[in-house]
Amino acid sequence: MDASQNTIISAKDTDNEPVLAVRGLKKAFGANVVLNDFDLTVNKNESVVVLGRSGSGKSVLIKCIIGLLEPDAGSVSVLGQDVLSLDHEGLDHIRMRIGFLFQSNALYDSMTVRENLEFPMRRHLKHMSAADAEQRIKEVLSNVGLGHTIDMMPAELSGGMQKRIALARTLVLKPEIILYDEPTSGLDPITGREISTLMVEVEKKYHTASIIISHDMRCVKITADRIVVLIDGRAYATGTYEELKRSTDEKVKQFFE
Amino acid sequence: MSQSTKLKSFFVETGAISKFTGWFFHEFLRPRFEAREFLRQCYIVGYKSLPLVGLTGFIMGLVLTMQLRPTLVNYGVEARLPDMVSLSLIREIGPVITALIFAGKIGSSIGAELGSMRVTEQIDAMEVSGTNPYKYLVVTRVWATTLMLPILTILSDTIGLYGGYLGINIRGVMSMDLYVNEVLHTVGFSDLLPATIKTFFFGFAVGLVGCYKGYNSKKGTEGVGLSANSAVVLSSILIFIIDLVVVQITDLLGFN
Repeated sequence: MDASQNTIISAKDTDNEPVLAVRGLKKAFGANVVLNDFDLTVNKNESVVVLGRSGSGKSVLIKCIIGLLEPDAGSVSVLGQDVLSLDHEGLDHIRMRIGFLFQSNALYDSMTVRENLEFPMRRHLKHMSAADAEQRIKEVLSNVGLGHTIDMMPAELSGGMQKRIALARTLVLKPEIILYDEPTSGLDPITGREISTLMVEVEKKYHTASIIISHDMRCVKITADRIVVLIDGRAYATGTYEELKRSTDEKVKQFFE
Repeated sequence: MSQSTKLKSFFVETGAISKFTGWFFHEFLRPRFEAREFLRQCYIVGYKSLPLVGLTGFIMGLVLTMQLRPTLVNYGVEARLPDMVSLSLIREIGPVITALIFAGKIGSSIGAELGSMRVTEQIDAMEVSGTNPYKYLVVTRVWATTLMLPILTILSDTIGLYGGYLGINIRGVMSMDLYVNEVLHTVGFSDLLPATIKTFFFGFAVGLVGCYKGYNSKKGTEGVGLSANSAVVLSSILIFIIDLVVVQITDLLGFN
Protein backbone atom coordinates (compact mmCIF):
# COMPACT_ATOMS: atom_id res chain seq x y z
CA MET A 1 0.00 0.00 0.00
CA ASP A 2 1.29 3.44 -0.84
CA ALA A 3 1.79 5.83 2.06
CA SER A 4 -0.50 8.37 0.43
CA GLN A 5 -3.35 5.87 0.56
CA ASN A 6 -3.16 5.64 4.32
CA THR A 7 -5.37 7.38 6.76
CA ILE A 8 -3.38 10.52 7.39
CA ILE A 9 -5.18 11.84 10.36
CA SER A 10 -4.89 15.30 11.81
CA ALA A 11 -2.59 15.47 14.78
CA LYS A 12 -3.19 17.31 17.98
CA ASP A 13 -2.25 20.93 17.43
CA THR A 14 0.46 22.27 19.61
CA ASP A 15 2.00 25.65 18.80
CA ASN A 16 2.10 24.98 15.04
CA GLU A 17 5.50 26.56 14.94
CA PRO A 18 7.89 24.04 13.37
CA VAL A 19 11.14 23.61 15.27
CA LEU A 20 12.34 20.62 13.30
CA ALA A 21 11.72 19.61 9.69
CA VAL A 22 13.07 16.60 7.85
CA ARG A 23 12.49 16.47 4.11
CA GLY A 24 13.16 13.64 1.67
CA LEU A 25 15.69 11.95 3.95
CA LYS A 26 17.48 8.97 2.42
CA LYS A 27 20.01 6.71 4.09
CA ALA A 28 21.30 3.33 2.98
CA PHE A 29 23.96 1.02 4.38
CA GLY A 30 25.24 -0.75 1.29
CA ALA A 31 22.25 -2.33 -0.41
CA ASN A 32 20.09 -1.96 2.70
CA VAL A 33 17.95 1.16 2.23
CA VAL A 34 16.89 2.24 5.73
CA LEU A 35 15.31 5.64 5.11
CA ASN A 36 13.71 6.35 1.77
CA ASP A 37 12.27 9.83 1.23
CA PHE A 38 11.30 10.27 4.86
CA ASP A 39 9.47 13.47 5.87
CA LEU A 40 8.77 14.72 9.39
CA THR A 41 7.83 18.01 11.01
CA VAL A 42 7.85 18.66 14.75
CA ASN A 43 6.20 21.75 16.19
CA LYS A 44 7.15 23.69 19.29
CA ASN A 45 6.18 21.87 22.51
CA GLU A 46 5.07 18.86 20.48
CA SER A 47 6.01 15.30 21.32
CA VAL A 48 6.23 13.07 18.25
CA VAL A 49 6.77 9.34 18.55
CA VAL A 50 8.37 7.55 15.61
CA LEU A 51 7.01 4.03 15.76
CA GLY A 52 8.54 1.19 13.83
CA ARG A 53 9.85 -2.33 13.99
CA SER A 54 13.38 -3.12 15.12
CA GLY A 55 15.86 -2.32 12.38
CA SER A 56 13.41 -0.09 10.53
CA GLY A 57 15.70 2.95 10.73
CA LYS A 58 14.25 4.84 13.71
CA SER A 59 17.58 5.33 15.47
CA VAL A 60 19.26 6.14 12.16
CA LEU A 61 16.72 8.94 11.71
CA ILE A 62 17.57 10.74 14.96
CA LYS A 63 21.30 10.16 14.45
CA CYS A 64 20.94 11.92 11.09
CA ILE A 65 19.08 14.76 12.80
CA ILE A 66 21.81 15.29 15.42
CA GLY A 67 24.61 14.91 12.86
CA LEU A 68 26.06 11.61 14.09
CA LEU A 69 25.26 10.07 10.70
CA GLU A 70 25.33 11.76 7.32
CA PRO A 71 22.27 11.06 5.18
CA ASP A 72 22.65 10.21 1.50
CA ALA A 73 20.04 12.79 0.47
CA GLY A 74 17.44 15.12 1.91
CA SER A 75 17.46 18.03 4.31
CA VAL A 76 17.29 18.43 8.09
CA SER A 77 16.30 21.79 9.50
CA VAL A 78 16.52 22.29 13.26
CA LEU A 79 15.47 25.57 14.88
CA GLY A 80 15.72 27.26 11.51
CA GLN A 81 19.20 25.99 10.65
CA ASP A 82 20.13 23.50 7.96
CA VAL A 83 22.03 20.91 10.01
CA LEU A 84 23.69 19.25 7.01
CA SER A 85 25.39 22.45 5.86
CA LEU A 86 26.79 23.39 9.28
CA ASP A 87 30.52 23.27 10.00
CA HIS A 88 31.83 21.65 13.18
CA GLU A 89 31.41 24.80 15.25
CA GLY A 90 27.90 25.41 13.97
CA LEU A 91 26.98 21.82 14.67
CA ASP A 92 28.28 22.10 18.24
CA HIS A 93 26.22 25.24 18.72
CA ILE A 94 22.99 23.65 17.47
CA ARG A 95 23.67 20.49 19.51
CA MET A 96 23.64 22.66 22.62
CA ARG A 97 19.96 23.30 21.89
CA ILE A 98 19.16 19.63 21.26
CA GLY A 99 19.22 16.99 23.96
CA PHE A 100 19.83 13.35 23.11
CA LEU A 101 18.91 10.47 25.37
CA PHE A 102 20.73 7.34 24.24
CA GLN A 103 19.20 3.89 24.36
CA SER A 104 22.12 2.64 26.46
CA ASN A 105 22.09 5.85 28.57
CA ALA A 106 25.74 6.42 27.58
CA LEU A 107 26.71 7.72 31.02
CA TYR A 108 30.48 8.17 31.33
CA ASP A 109 31.26 5.29 33.65
CA SER A 110 34.58 6.71 34.86
CA MET A 111 32.83 9.84 36.17
CA THR A 112 30.46 10.47 39.06
CA VAL A 113 26.91 11.65 38.45
CA ARG A 114 28.02 15.22 39.20
CA GLU A 115 30.89 14.99 36.67
CA ASN A 116 28.55 13.47 34.07
CA LEU A 117 26.28 16.48 34.39
CA GLU A 118 29.16 18.96 34.53
CA PHE A 119 30.71 17.58 31.35
CA PRO A 120 28.39 19.27 28.79
CA MET A 121 28.24 22.42 30.94
CA ARG A 122 32.03 22.78 30.91
CA ARG A 123 31.87 22.83 27.12
CA HIS A 124 28.91 25.09 26.54
CA LEU A 125 28.47 27.22 29.65
CA LYS A 126 32.08 28.22 30.20
CA HIS A 127 31.21 31.53 31.82
CA MET A 128 28.81 30.06 34.35
CA SER A 129 30.11 30.37 37.91
CA ALA A 130 30.82 27.22 39.92
CA ALA A 131 27.99 28.07 42.33
CA ASP A 132 25.48 28.53 39.49
CA ALA A 133 26.64 25.29 37.85
CA GLU A 134 26.20 23.42 41.14
CA GLN A 135 22.74 24.97 41.53
CA ARG A 136 21.79 23.89 37.97
CA ILE A 137 23.01 20.31 38.58
CA LYS A 138 21.07 20.05 41.83
CA GLU A 139 17.96 21.46 40.16
CA VAL A 140 17.90 18.94 37.30
CA LEU A 141 18.73 16.06 39.61
CA SER A 142 15.87 17.11 41.85
CA ASN A 143 13.57 17.27 38.80
CA VAL A 144 14.32 13.63 38.02
CA GLY A 145 14.01 12.73 41.70
CA LEU A 146 17.62 11.66 42.24
CA GLY A 147 19.25 14.50 44.16
CA HIS A 148 20.89 12.04 46.56
CA THR A 149 22.90 10.29 43.83
CA ILE A 150 25.08 13.30 42.99
CA ASP A 151 28.36 11.74 44.18
CA MET A 152 27.61 8.17 43.10
CA MET A 153 29.14 6.35 40.15
CA PRO A 154 26.82 5.18 37.32
CA ALA A 155 27.65 1.54 38.09
CA GLU A 156 26.11 1.97 41.55
CA LEU A 157 22.73 2.91 40.05
CA SER A 158 19.89 0.71 38.79
CA GLY A 159 18.84 0.77 35.11
CA GLY A 160 15.91 3.09 35.83
CA MET A 161 18.08 5.44 37.88
CA GLN A 162 20.70 5.52 35.12
CA LYS A 163 17.97 6.45 32.65
CA ARG A 164 16.86 9.31 34.92
CA ILE A 165 20.45 10.54 35.29
CA ALA A 166 20.88 10.37 31.50
CA LEU A 167 17.72 12.47 31.21
CA ALA A 168 19.09 14.91 33.79
CA ARG A 169 22.31 15.21 31.76
CA THR A 170 20.19 15.93 28.70
CA LEU A 171 18.27 18.64 30.58
CA VAL A 172 21.26 20.37 32.11
CA LEU A 173 21.73 22.61 29.06
CA LYS A 174 17.97 23.36 28.93
CA PRO A 175 17.50 22.11 25.37
CA GLU A 176 14.63 23.18 23.15
CA ILE A 177 14.29 19.75 21.52
CA ILE A 178 14.98 16.34 23.04
CA LEU A 179 15.58 13.22 20.97
CA TYR A 180 14.86 10.01 22.86
CA ASP A 181 16.23 6.73 21.50
CA GLU A 182 14.16 3.86 22.94
CA PRO A 183 13.83 5.50 26.38
CA THR A 184 12.15 2.53 28.06
CA SER A 185 14.10 -0.30 26.47
CA GLY A 186 15.50 -2.76 28.99
CA LEU A 187 13.31 -1.46 31.81
CA ASP A 188 10.55 -3.31 33.63
CA PRO A 189 6.97 -2.12 32.87
CA ILE A 190 6.63 -0.12 36.10
CA THR A 191 9.95 1.70 35.70
CA GLY A 192 9.17 2.17 32.00
CA ARG A 193 5.90 3.88 32.92
CA GLU A 194 7.68 6.07 35.49
CA ILE A 195 10.23 7.15 32.89
CA SER A 196 7.46 7.86 30.34
CA THR A 197 5.57 9.98 32.88
CA LEU A 198 8.78 11.79 33.79
CA MET A 199 9.37 12.59 30.12
CA VAL A 200 5.91 14.20 29.89
CA GLU A 201 6.54 16.21 33.07
CA VAL A 202 9.93 17.34 31.79
CA GLU A 203 8.42 18.41 28.48
CA LYS A 204 5.87 20.57 30.28
CA LYS A 205 8.38 22.03 32.70
CA TYR A 206 11.13 22.82 30.19
CA HIS A 207 8.79 23.58 27.24
CA THR A 208 10.64 21.22 24.95
CA ALA A 209 9.61 19.55 21.74
CA SER A 210 10.63 15.94 21.39
CA ILE A 211 11.06 13.02 19.05
CA ILE A 212 10.70 9.69 20.78
CA ILE A 213 11.88 6.54 19.08
CA SER A 214 10.03 3.59 20.52
CA HIS A 215 8.10 0.42 19.96
CA ASP A 216 6.99 0.19 23.57
CA MET A 217 3.25 0.94 23.22
CA ARG A 218 2.84 1.83 26.92
CA CYS A 219 5.47 4.54 26.51
CA VAL A 220 3.95 5.62 23.19
CA LYS A 221 0.49 6.00 24.73
CA ILE A 222 1.76 8.14 27.62
CA THR A 223 4.15 10.38 25.71
CA ALA A 224 2.84 10.87 22.18
CA ASP A 225 1.03 13.98 20.98
CA ARG A 226 1.40 12.52 17.52
CA ILE A 227 2.72 9.23 16.15
CA VAL A 228 4.54 8.68 12.88
CA VAL A 229 4.67 5.06 11.76
CA LEU A 230 7.91 4.31 9.95
CA ILE A 231 7.57 1.45 7.47
CA ASP A 232 9.82 0.73 4.48
CA GLY A 233 11.85 3.87 5.20
CA ARG A 234 8.86 6.22 4.86
CA ALA A 235 6.36 7.97 7.11
CA TYR A 236 3.67 5.40 6.39
CA ALA A 237 0.95 6.82 8.62
CA THR A 238 0.55 9.57 11.15
CA GLY A 239 -2.00 10.49 13.79
CA THR A 240 -2.71 10.47 17.51
CA TYR A 241 -2.57 7.24 19.50
CA GLU A 242 -6.34 6.81 19.51
CA GLU A 243 -6.66 7.65 15.83
CA LEU A 244 -4.04 5.15 14.74
CA LYS A 245 -5.45 2.53 17.09
CA ARG A 246 -8.67 2.70 15.10
CA SER A 247 -6.84 2.37 11.77
CA THR A 248 -7.94 -0.46 9.53
CA ASP A 249 -4.58 -0.68 7.80
CA GLU A 250 -3.03 -4.07 8.60
CA LYS A 251 0.52 -2.70 8.85
CA VAL A 252 -0.56 -0.05 11.34
CA LYS A 253 -2.90 -2.34 13.27
CA GLN A 254 -0.16 -4.80 14.13
CA PHE A 255 1.51 -2.24 16.42
CA PHE A 256 -1.64 -1.87 18.49
CA GLU A 257 -2.57 -5.53 18.84
CA MET B 1 39.69 -16.39 4.17
CA SER B 2 41.71 -16.51 0.93
CA GLN B 3 45.24 -15.11 0.66
CA SER B 4 44.10 -12.21 -1.53
CA THR B 5 41.35 -11.26 0.95
CA LYS B 6 43.87 -11.37 3.81
CA LEU B 7 46.27 -9.19 1.85
CA LYS B 8 43.47 -6.77 1.01
CA SER B 9 42.34 -6.50 4.63
CA PHE B 10 45.99 -5.97 5.69
CA PHE B 11 46.29 -2.99 3.34
CA VAL B 12 42.87 -1.65 4.37
CA GLU B 13 43.89 -1.86 8.05
CA THR B 14 47.27 -0.22 7.33
CA GLY B 15 45.51 2.58 5.47
CA ALA B 16 43.02 3.07 8.31
CA ILE B 17 45.81 3.24 10.93
CA SER B 18 47.72 5.74 8.75
CA LYS B 19 44.60 7.89 8.46
CA PHE B 20 44.05 7.67 12.21
CA THR B 21 47.68 8.75 12.77
CA GLY B 22 47.25 11.64 10.35
CA TRP B 23 44.15 12.69 12.26
CA PHE B 24 46.25 12.78 15.44
CA PHE B 25 48.78 15.17 13.90
CA HIS B 26 45.93 17.28 12.55
CA GLU B 27 44.28 17.57 15.95
CA PHE B 28 47.05 17.65 18.53
CA LEU B 29 48.20 21.23 18.04
CA ARG B 30 44.76 22.79 17.58
CA PRO B 31 42.81 24.16 20.54
CA ARG B 32 40.97 23.28 22.61
CA PHE B 33 43.64 21.57 24.75
CA GLU B 34 42.27 19.02 27.16
CA ALA B 35 44.88 19.68 29.87
CA ARG B 36 42.84 18.20 32.71
CA GLU B 37 42.22 14.92 30.90
CA PHE B 38 45.86 14.81 29.76
CA LEU B 39 47.10 15.13 33.35
CA ARG B 40 44.61 12.47 34.48
CA GLN B 41 45.92 10.14 31.79
CA CYS B 42 49.53 10.86 32.79
CA TYR B 43 48.60 9.83 36.32
CA ILE B 44 46.90 6.62 35.15
CA VAL B 45 49.45 5.71 32.49
CA GLY B 46 52.56 6.80 34.38
CA TYR B 47 52.10 6.74 38.13
CA LYS B 48 49.84 3.69 38.25
CA SER B 49 52.24 1.68 36.09
CA LEU B 50 55.19 2.37 38.37
CA PRO B 51 54.92 -0.67 40.69
CA LEU B 52 54.70 -3.15 37.79
CA VAL B 53 57.44 -1.50 35.76
CA GLY B 54 59.66 -1.13 38.85
CA LEU B 55 59.23 -4.78 39.83
CA THR B 56 59.94 -5.94 36.29
CA GLY B 57 63.04 -3.73 36.10
CA PHE B 58 64.35 -5.06 39.39
CA ILE B 59 63.90 -8.71 38.35
CA MET B 60 65.45 -7.98 34.93
CA GLY B 61 68.60 -6.54 36.52
CA LEU B 62 68.89 -9.31 39.10
CA VAL B 63 68.31 -12.20 36.69
CA LEU B 64 70.50 -10.74 33.97
CA THR B 65 73.41 -10.45 36.40
CA MET B 66 72.96 -13.98 37.70
CA GLN B 67 72.78 -15.38 34.14
CA LEU B 68 75.80 -13.45 32.89
CA ARG B 69 78.07 -14.23 35.80
CA PRO B 70 79.01 -17.88 34.93
CA THR B 71 79.97 -16.96 31.36
CA LEU B 72 82.10 -14.02 32.45
CA VAL B 73 83.71 -16.12 35.18
CA ASN B 74 84.66 -18.71 32.51
CA TYR B 75 86.47 -16.01 30.55
CA GLY B 76 88.00 -14.55 33.69
CA VAL B 77 86.32 -11.17 33.25
CA GLU B 78 83.94 -11.22 36.19
CA ALA B 79 84.98 -7.67 37.00
CA ARG B 80 83.28 -6.54 33.78
CA LEU B 81 79.88 -7.66 35.10
CA PRO B 82 78.63 -4.11 35.96
CA ASP B 83 79.61 -2.95 32.45
CA MET B 84 77.76 -5.80 30.73
CA VAL B 85 74.66 -5.45 32.89
CA SER B 86 74.42 -1.68 32.57
CA LEU B 87 74.98 -1.64 28.81
CA SER B 88 72.50 -4.46 28.17
CA LEU B 89 69.88 -2.89 30.40
CA ILE B 90 70.15 0.67 29.19
CA ARG B 91 70.66 0.08 25.49
CA GLU B 92 68.20 -2.73 24.81
CA ILE B 93 66.62 -4.85 27.51
CA GLY B 94 65.30 -2.03 29.68
CA PRO B 95 63.52 -0.06 26.92
CA VAL B 96 62.13 -3.10 25.09
CA ILE B 97 60.94 -5.10 28.13
CA THR B 98 59.46 -1.98 29.75
CA ALA B 99 57.67 -1.13 26.49
CA LEU B 100 56.30 -4.67 26.20
CA ILE B 101 55.06 -4.61 29.81
CA PHE B 102 53.60 -1.17 29.12
CA ALA B 103 51.85 -2.45 25.98
CA GLY B 104 50.35 -5.33 27.99
CA LYS B 105 49.09 -3.10 30.78
CA ILE B 106 48.28 0.23 29.14
CA GLY B 107 47.67 -0.75 25.49
CA SER B 108 45.09 -3.34 26.50
CA SER B 109 43.45 -1.05 29.01
CA ILE B 110 43.12 1.79 26.48
CA GLY B 111 41.77 -0.63 23.86
CA ALA B 112 39.21 -2.05 26.27
CA GLU B 113 38.20 1.32 27.72
CA LEU B 114 37.64 3.03 24.38
CA GLY B 115 36.06 -0.12 22.93
CA SER B 116 33.61 -0.22 25.80
CA MET B 117 32.89 3.50 25.37
CA ARG B 118 32.21 2.94 21.67
CA VAL B 119 29.88 0.01 22.31
CA THR B 120 27.91 1.82 25.03
CA GLU B 121 27.59 4.97 22.87
CA GLN B 122 29.65 7.09 25.29
CA ILE B 123 31.78 8.35 22.39
CA ASP B 124 28.62 9.40 20.52
CA ALA B 125 27.34 11.06 23.71
CA MET B 126 30.57 13.03 23.92
CA GLU B 127 30.16 14.18 20.34
CA VAL B 128 26.56 15.34 20.78
CA SER B 129 27.54 17.21 23.94
CA GLY B 130 29.89 19.35 21.84
CA THR B 131 33.17 17.63 22.74
CA ASN B 132 35.55 16.41 20.07
CA PRO B 133 35.94 12.78 21.26
CA TYR B 134 39.11 12.25 19.23
CA LYS B 135 40.79 15.19 20.91
CA TYR B 136 39.48 14.33 24.37
CA LEU B 137 40.08 10.59 24.29
CA VAL B 138 42.76 9.88 21.70
CA VAL B 139 45.08 12.90 21.67
CA THR B 140 45.35 13.01 25.47
CA ARG B 141 46.07 9.29 25.76
CA VAL B 142 48.64 9.20 22.96
CA TRP B 143 50.45 12.20 24.44
CA ALA B 144 50.39 10.60 27.88
CA THR B 145 51.83 7.28 26.68
CA THR B 146 54.44 9.05 24.52
CA LEU B 147 55.71 11.14 27.42
CA MET B 148 55.32 8.64 30.26
CA LEU B 149 57.06 5.61 28.74
CA PRO B 150 60.51 7.28 28.55
CA ILE B 151 60.19 8.31 32.21
CA LEU B 152 59.08 4.82 33.20
CA THR B 153 61.97 3.31 31.23
CA ILE B 154 64.54 5.51 32.98
CA LEU B 155 63.06 4.50 36.34
CA SER B 156 62.97 0.86 35.32
CA ASP B 157 66.62 1.02 34.18
CA THR B 158 67.65 2.61 37.46
CA ILE B 159 65.83 -0.02 39.52
CA GLY B 160 67.24 -2.70 37.18
CA LEU B 161 70.77 -1.46 37.85
CA TYR B 162 70.11 -1.70 41.56
CA GLY B 163 68.88 -5.27 40.98
CA GLY B 164 72.15 -5.88 39.14
CA TYR B 165 74.11 -4.59 42.12
CA LEU B 166 72.27 -6.99 44.43
CA GLY B 167 72.83 -9.81 41.91
CA ILE B 168 76.58 -9.25 41.97
CA ASN B 169 76.60 -9.27 45.76
CA ILE B 170 74.72 -12.57 46.00
CA ARG B 171 77.80 -14.50 44.87
CA GLY B 172 80.52 -11.93 45.36
CA VAL B 173 81.31 -8.63 47.00
CA MET B 174 81.29 -5.22 45.39
CA SER B 175 80.70 -1.88 47.07
CA MET B 176 77.97 0.43 45.83
CA ASP B 177 80.56 3.16 45.13
CA LEU B 178 82.61 0.87 42.92
CA TYR B 179 79.50 -0.45 41.12
CA VAL B 180 78.18 3.05 40.40
CA ASN B 181 81.63 4.15 39.29
CA GLU B 182 81.86 1.20 36.88
CA VAL B 183 78.40 1.85 35.47
CA LEU B 184 79.00 5.58 34.96
CA HIS B 185 82.36 4.84 33.37
CA THR B 186 80.78 2.41 30.89
CA VAL B 187 77.48 4.05 30.01
CA GLY B 188 77.80 7.20 27.96
CA PHE B 189 75.59 9.75 26.33
CA SER B 190 75.69 7.79 23.07
CA ASP B 191 74.14 4.81 24.88
CA LEU B 192 71.49 6.73 26.74
CA LEU B 193 70.27 9.07 23.99
CA PRO B 194 69.20 6.57 21.28
CA ALA B 195 67.72 4.27 23.92
CA THR B 196 65.64 7.09 25.35
CA ILE B 197 64.58 8.45 21.96
CA LYS B 198 63.22 5.09 20.87
CA THR B 199 61.03 4.87 23.96
CA PHE B 200 59.12 7.97 22.78
CA PHE B 201 58.30 6.05 19.58
CA PHE B 202 57.39 2.93 21.59
CA GLY B 203 55.04 5.01 23.78
CA PHE B 204 53.49 6.67 20.74
CA ALA B 205 52.90 3.28 19.09
CA VAL B 206 51.33 1.76 22.22
CA GLY B 207 49.00 4.73 22.74
CA LEU B 208 48.02 5.11 19.12
CA VAL B 209 47.36 1.41 18.49
CA GLY B 210 45.36 1.08 21.75
CA CYS B 211 43.26 4.09 20.81
CA TYR B 212 42.80 2.98 17.20
CA LYS B 213 41.64 -0.50 18.19
CA GLY B 214 39.30 0.79 20.90
CA TYR B 215 37.93 3.73 18.93
CA ASN B 216 37.07 1.48 15.99
CA SER B 217 35.76 -1.37 18.10
CA LYS B 218 32.90 -3.32 16.59
CA LYS B 219 29.62 -3.74 18.40
CA GLY B 220 29.33 -6.09 21.33
CA THR B 221 31.41 -7.33 24.23
CA GLU B 222 33.35 -9.66 21.93
CA GLY B 223 34.49 -6.59 20.02
CA VAL B 224 35.80 -5.00 23.22
CA GLY B 225 37.83 -8.11 24.07
CA LEU B 226 39.20 -8.28 20.55
CA SER B 227 40.16 -4.60 20.67
CA ALA B 228 42.14 -5.08 23.88
CA ASN B 229 43.80 -8.23 22.61
CA SER B 230 44.73 -6.95 19.17
CA ALA B 231 46.00 -3.68 20.69
CA VAL B 232 48.58 -5.65 22.69
CA VAL B 233 49.57 -7.92 19.81
CA LEU B 234 49.94 -5.13 17.25
CA SER B 235 51.74 -2.72 19.56
CA SER B 236 54.16 -5.48 20.66
CA ILE B 237 55.01 -6.22 17.02
CA LEU B 238 55.43 -2.50 16.35
CA ILE B 239 57.79 -2.18 19.32
CA PHE B 240 60.14 -4.76 17.75
CA ILE B 241 59.86 -3.18 14.30
CA ILE B 242 60.58 0.31 15.69
CA ASP B 243 63.49 -1.14 17.69
CA LEU B 244 64.93 -2.69 14.55
CA VAL B 245 64.60 0.56 12.59
CA VAL B 246 66.01 2.74 15.38
CA VAL B 247 69.03 0.45 15.84
CA GLN B 248 69.79 0.71 12.11
CA ILE B 249 69.45 4.49 12.19
CA THR B 250 71.56 4.96 15.31
CA ASP B 251 74.19 2.63 13.78
CA LEU B 252 74.29 4.83 10.70
CA LEU B 253 74.56 7.93 12.88
CA GLY B 254 77.50 6.41 14.70
CA PHE B 255 75.94 5.91 18.13
CA ASN B 256 77.96 2.78 18.81
